[in-house]
Amino acid sequence: MTTPQILPVERPETADEPEAARPWVTVVHDDPVNLMTYVVFVFQKLFGFSRETAEMLMMDVHTKGRAIVSHGARERMEYDAARLHNYGLWATVDKQ
Amino acid sequence: MSLFRREGVECVATLSLDEVRVLRRVASEVVGLLTEGFDHDDPVVVRLFPAVYPEDATETAEFRRFTEGDLKTAKIDQAGAVLAALPAENDIDPRGTEVRLDPEAAEAWLRAINDVRLAMGVRLGITDQTDLDTEIDEEITRDVTSARAFQLSVYAYLGYLQESLLDAIMR
Repeated sequence: MTTPQILPVERPETADEPEAARPWVTVVHDDPVNLMTYVVFVFQKLFGFSRETAEMLMMDVHTKGRAIVSHGARERMEYDAARLHNYGLWATVDKQ
Repeated sequence: MSLFRREGVECVATLSLDEVRVLRRVASEVVGLLTEGFDHDDPVVVRLFPAVYPEDATETAEFRRFTEGDLKTAKIDQAGAVLAALPAENDIDPRGTEVRLDPEAAEAWLRAINDVRLAMGVRLGITDQTDLDTEIDEEITRDVTSARAFQLSVYAYLGYLQESLLDAIMR
């Protein structure tokens, strides 16, 4: 068994990074109480989505039961989940 | 039924005596639930503080260790913002109470009303199939004094109130 001679280079996360390098996601789940307009408002407010994107994600939550609203480093996903919990949305963190 | 409207930067509603009382009561109940009544086994607490890793209790507990205090404080503060904007029981004007919310207070109310609706939704067993009007009618037909019918009506009213507040905020 050999050990690598070169240590992996730490790279900052960028938007160009391949999906595989960003394995964590924040998932919002459907619930019977939150108003559809409220969910759109929260998505726009917290993630800066356009109205169209926020509405599309809300419809995914509503019809498919869940939607991925962000992906990236695990700590960032936990931060996003906590912010969503503050607005009463049912959010979890998962591996992509 | 009173709803919010937009006046300048403020969201404004003129609430009836009963509406002020109902809002005071439900906001106080949320504060109670988050303070002396806090219980991780309560389904309402489970809904307001969801397990961030549903399959991993250890990781969820670790997440809670870092976030739960702040989240609890935020929820108590926003319920407090509702109580702060309402007159005390002895000062309620029977002709109506005007509530004026600046943008910050309006946001706090929006989240607080949502917390109340989530809590009531769990207690009342609201599902995607629930038809509020039909269920309220059935309850009242069964028993005019039905406490469940009253609770369902409050839940429905808070939905309209929240929607009107959201409209007013986004206007």
